[in-house]
This record gives sequence, C-alpha cells and structure tokens, in this order.
Amino acid sequence: MDPFDVIVVGGGNAAISAAFAARHIVPRVLVLERAPEHMRGGNSRHTRNVRCAHASADQFFSAPYSEEELFEDLVSVTGGPANVDLAKFAIRQSSMLPRWMSQHGASWQQPLAGTLSLGRTNRFFLGGGKALLNAYYRTAESMGIGLRYDAFVEDLLIENDKFEGVALKTNGAREVIRARAVVIATGGYEANVEWLKRHWGAAADNFIIRGTPYNDGAMLANLLSKNAKAMGDPKGFHAVAVDARSPKFDGGIVTRLDAVPFGIVVNKFGRRFYDEGEAIWPKRYAIWGGLIAGQPDQIAYVVVDSKTIGCFLPPMFKPYQSDTFPGLAAALNLDPGAFTATLSEYNRATSGKIEQRLETPDGNGTQGISPPKSNWAIPIDRPPFYALPLRPGITFTYMGVAVDETGRVLTQSGAPFKNVYAAGEIMSGNILTKGYLAGFGMTIGAVFGELAGRMAATNARA
Amino acid sequence: MPELNLFEEANRQLVICNACRYCEGLCPVFRAIETRRDFEKGDVFYLANLCHDCRACYYACMFTPPHEFAINIPQVLSEARVESYRQWSWPGFLGRAFKQQGIALSLAGGVILLVVVLGLALIGPPRLFVMHTGPGAFYAVVPYLAMVIPAVALFFYGLAVWFRGTVRGWSETDGKPDRKISGKALAEAIGAALGLRYLKGGGPGCTYPQQRPSSSRRIYHSFVFWGFLSDFVSTTLAFIYQDLLHELPPYPVASAPVVFGALGGVMLIVGTAGLIGLKIQSDRAPANTRAYGMDYTFLITLGLTALSGILLLIFRSTSAMGSLLVLHLAMIAALFATAPYGKFVHAIYRSMALVRYYVEHEHSAKG
Repeated sequence: MDPFDVIVVGGGNAAISAAFAARHIVPRVLVLERAPEHMRGGNSRHTRNVRCAHASADQFFSAPYSEEELFEDLVSVTGGPANVDLAKFAIRQSSMLPRWMSQHGASWQQPLAGTLSLGRTNRFFLGGGKALLNAYYRTAESMGIGLRYDAFVEDLLIENDKFEGVALKTNGAREVIRARAVVIATGGYEANVEWLKRHWGAAADNFIIRGTPYNDGAMLANLLSKNAKAMGDPKGFHAVAVDARSPKFDGGIVTRLDAVPFGIVVNKFGRRFYDEGEAIWPKRYAIWGGLIAGQPDQIAYVVVDSKTIGCFLPPMFKPYQSDTFPGLAAALNLDPGAFTATLSEYNRATSGKIEQRLETPDGNGTQGISPPKSNWAIPIDRPPFYALPLRPGITFTYMGVAVDETGRVLTQSGAPFKNVYAAGEIMSGNILTKGYLAGFGMTIGAVFGELAGRMAATNARA
Repeated sequence: MPELNLFEEANRQLVICNACRYCEGLCPVFRAIETRRDFEKGDVFYLANLCHDCRACYYACMFTPPHEFAINIPQVLSEARVESYRQWSWPGFLGRAFKQQGIALSLAGGVILLVVVLGLALIGPPRLFVMHTGPGAFYAVVPYLAMVIPAVALFFYGLAVWFRGTVRGWSETDGKPDRKISGKALAEAIGAALGLRYLKGGGPGCTYPQQRPSSSRRIYHSFVFWGFLSDFVSTTLAFIYQDLLHELPPYPVASAPVVFGALGGVMLIVGTAGLIGLKIQSDRAPANTRAYGMDYTFLITLGLTALSGILLLIFRSTSAMGSLLVLHLAMIAALFATAPYGKFVHAIYRSMALVRYYVEHEHSAKG
C-alpha cells in the first residue's frame, strides 16, 4: 500500500483539526482513534467552549476581548506560560477560530443562564463538545479523511529522527501503516493510574479521572522513549473537587461540586484545613482538587445548611442530610465529637451575618480561627444540615513533549524530529505549567492542531 | 415501564441533566430544567410535552448508554409523554389505546367497518354504484343530515375530551398557580408551535431520522399541519357556500373549497408519507419504539383520509363516486373517533406546554 501523506494519532479536537488542515493540502490523510466510535473524541467530548480573542461583540460574544487581555488572564492563572512565543501565537490565532471552526461544521449557542459568566471570553458549542465532535467527524468523512476506530498505535516507527510509520493494533490484528508525516494528538496520561502512582503513590487510587479512560499516555511514553524532550512537571495535574461517589472514569462535568464557598470543608478527622472563602470563582474552583489530594485518604466533606443548599448548582448525587451535627457526622462516618467541635468553633468565629453576596468577595470573614474563612463566613446553624463528600477530580496532566514554532516535536538535543508533530494536551505543557484558564485547552488544541496538520502536510508534500 | 419507575427514572436522568446543562442551547426543555431542582410527576409531564423529540440532546450527550449514567432523555420523555396522554384522556378504558395499539386499531377499524356496512345497508347498491352528477350529487348518495350529525357529534366529542385533558394537564403541570397567561406569552407559544421552532435542534436542524441534522422532518411536519389546516378551511368554505350562498356541492374544480381541499389533501399525503418514511429510517437508540405504533396509526389514518378525499375528487363524476364517498366519510369518522386517543393529541398538549414555557420564561425574566 502507498504510504499515507499524514497520519493523525488521536481523535479529539486537536487531532481532527490537524486532519482538516492536512487534508486541505494533501489527499491521503488517516485518523487513528484509539477509542471505539461511541467514545471517540478524547476529553474534547467533555468540553463546552473555546476561549478566543475578538475585537468586537457578535451574536455569540457579549463584548470584545483583546489579545492583550487574554494574555494577561493566562499569566494571572498560570503564573506565565513556559514558552511565551507559542502562547502568543495561540492567542493571536484564537481570533480566527470561530470562523475556521464554523467552516468545519461547528454550531454555537448564545450565552444563557449557565454560560453567562464566560459569555464575553468564551464561545460555546451548541450542545457541547460531543456535538462539536459529531459535526467534525461528519465533515472529516465528507472531506475524504480516513477514519479508524479502536485503532491503538503500539509503536511509532522512527529512524534517525525520521518517522516512517506506525505499528497499529486494531481489535487484536496487527499491521504497519506508513506515512510521510505524523501528528500526535493523543492527550495526556491522567487516566493512567499506574503512571500517576509513580509520582503520587497509593493516593492515586483515590483520584477520580473526570475524562476518557483512553488517555493513558501511551504515545507520550513512546515519544519520550524515542528521545523526545519533555515539557512540564511530571507530577502536575489540573484537578477540581468532585463528588467522591463519582465513577472512577468519565464522570465529566456532572460530578463537579461548586459548594465550597457556601460552607466549610473538613477532612476525614472532621477538621478544617484551608480557607474556603479565599478567592473568587475560577481560581477557587481550580485549587480544591489539589488541596484534597494533599489530605489523608484524599477525602474531604463540604458542609452547608438549609440557607445555602440552594445557592450552588444542584449536585448530581444527593447530599447527606441530618438535623444535628452528630447525626451528619454519623452519616459521613466521621468522629461526631471532632466534627461538632469544628462546626461550633466555626460558627462562633463568624459575625453571624447571613447576607449572601456571592458575586464578589464580601469581606465577611471569621475571627480567631485557623485556618480562617476570609469571605462569605455565613454561620452553619439552620437545619437540616447537608454534606457532600469530595475527592480530587483530575482533568488533565501538564507534562508533555516540547515543540518548535511549527509544531514539530523536539528531541532532547533541542533539534526537531524531521516529520513528527504534536498538538493539543500532549504539548500543552509548552504553554500551561500550572493552573487553568477555562476553554483554553480547546484553543490550544484547535490552534496547534491546525498548525501541526498544515505543517505536516506541507512537509509530506515536499 | 411501570408508572412509578418511570417517574423515578425520569427524575434520576433530569437531575443529572441539571448538573450538566450543556444542552441548554438546544431547546426549552433544558432551560425549563434549570429552573427546577426536583422533578415530580407534573414537572416530568410538562417537560415531556415540551420535548419535540428532535433528539439533538441524545447525540450531544456524553452519558448515553453504555455509559453507566445511561442518559436517554428523548426516550424517557417519550414514555412519560405517552403516559400523560393516557392519564389526561377520558374515559380510562379508551385512554388505554395510547399504550395498546390493538385498542386504537380496533377503534379505527370498527368505525370504518361500521360506516361502510351502514352505507351498504342503508343506501343500497342501486343508489351507491350508479353515477350522480350536478348540485347535491353527494347528498343523493348520503343524505346531508346523515353526514353532518355524526361528524359534528364526533368533532365536539373530541373537543370535549381534549378540553378536559388540557384543563387537567394545565393544573397538573402547574407549579405556581398565580401565573397569568399574558398575550405576549401566548403569541410566542403560537409562533413556536406554528413555525415548529423547536424542531430545529437548536439551529442546524432536527437530528432525525439519524444523527445528521436535517430539515426534512420539519418540512414534512409543516406539510401535514398546513395541509390539515387547508382542509379545515375548505370544509368551512363549503359550509359557507352551502348554507349562506345556497350552492350545493360538488363545487367546480376552480372553486375555493375544491382548491383548498385538493391542496390540503396533497400536502397531507406528501407530509404523512414523508414522516412515515423518516420514522422507518429513524435511529431506534433514542426512541421509545413502543410509541411507534401510535404514531404510525395516526399518520396512516390521516394519510388515507386525505388519499380517499383526493380519489373522490378525481372520480366524482363516475359511478365510483358513491363508494368513494362512503369510504372517505368512513376515514374521516375513524380519524375523528381516534383523535382523542391517538397521536393527534400531541398538537394540543405540546401547545399547552409551550404556553406554560413562555409564561414561566416571562416570569423568570422579570423576577
């Protein structure tokens, strides 16, 4: 069989974007998606929006959002990108994404109740990420892009830094498929619990993986074994607080809990361990996964009362409920004495103010307890009392491979592989080192997917 | 599934939807979900009738089977919708027709048979199988009152059952009885119903019969609706011609009743055939296939009624007119008799849910 022009390994936003861009240049493009068809699309399935700079408001953006402002936002949550040039490239290119994505089948929705807070900076996919992927796969088919599901790449055949083909295993059958260039867009390794254990020990057994179980980092490990240069903290992941009763994998958006600022959080000993009122929304949301990962047995419980139970997004799982603190402790299997003492101490430290102004930090903090709760310190005194168990819910890992300004993967010497490109989460460590900016993962996937696909196809044609 | 399990299952799924909210751009069902926290029977019935079964949410959902959350909103809401049709119907033994197509088919078949047998017995072959032309030709076969009295009786019976169901449905789905229906909400609801606003899958089209968004269902459905309305206009015009202008049918081909009637008939045939074709091709995964019998029964009855009318128009000046007239009247009688116990009711209850939605929407926008 003639070699393909470009093979894309992966099946999410970055992979399909790469396939589109490549197919605009060369005729023979093949996408190898490891998951079965109903699970196609990696973690893009669970996304909802993409962050883009734009000079003016339109039907879907409520107001302008400049490139400078996006860059500032990126710096403020991540502490500065690892590779400033690549970050700026992503931001510059982001403004063309709405049009480019629409041309390839994306539909959008106007900002509504559930999306208003991000309506200025992020553009929302109508129906979410899976609907976007459905449209993308239909477009890919109509463009004549080859698609294979259940296609697991066991090995990249690379000689003298030049990619020759992939060793593929599909439902037990093995074959070698050759191509002139390859784009690797296979996500992170957050679903590989053994890999996480190397850095986190037994604690990793208590982590919940919010996304696809197929992101086991097999391609990342393969690239690193072939001398690719790593980028990012191998221990680092982005995690939020999710309900401890969530499935181990693929629980997605519905398992997240945003109740923390409305109450207090205790660990398995019934004690508070961090300021629940510390920061405003996006940052606060992002830190609790990591905080709980650092607690014994990686478990915590958020406690609220009947005043605040209706203030946050209704959770998927029913809260534990009791009219007394000891009763609630018993339901949670916690020591009733310690639990009751923590709540009483907290209540005494509040000013008693029950006013709920939750849009901005209200300065209503506790007095004389450690750790303090520095905002929204509303007493928990009106039964019934409610509690939800929390665990770290891992969204993605940071470590990936280093790439150059054309999306080519770098070797440890700093020179690039001749025809190996990477896009999406597997190279997001070039930009994100910690923290997360909502919707920016999809920006990285689309921008570097387009770049890698275009450059790989140009390379294949040369 | 049994009623109790149905509501538990619907509540289970809707709670997960409410924690997700990715579908809120697709249709009002999800925006109505967001204003609630628990989903009791009345809420489920309301959402079920607000759902147009466009299925966009099914294909957009990350949690459909085999995912352990097993979300299938179009399916569970369809089951609840049929259950609401049954509960809001009257009398109970005929309401079972929604769940047991044998009853619906027996009702339709029985009515057709009754009309045909009565026609043969009372009219007799000499009058039935010879040619009648000129003004009053139809009444030479079936006397005017024999046509009008059963038709009017069935029509008002159906209206009464619907009215009863609507009153019951409105009160059962009403969480907040203090809300008044504003003219604006009513206008919005009528606009949404007439334009089939929510058969667009949130914009790109209904994901029906398969995952690719398409306008075909909306187009065929529009043919059925406007065809039906055109035939209703034709009947009203015929009444005016006959009782106010004192002109007896059959009317000339170029007359208004015939033009509206023929146009409506053709639209109904095209529309029902199209919808049947789409349903045959439709993806079973998001479907409540137990309701397919009800849908087919309605579409076929409606399509055959239109077809018999068109045949009557074509052959009205031949000796076949008498038998075709009896057949057409039999089909109309079957359509009217089954209207309160079949898919016809969706027009009433969906409109009601749309009014409820726009009233709520207005209320939440204000407050």
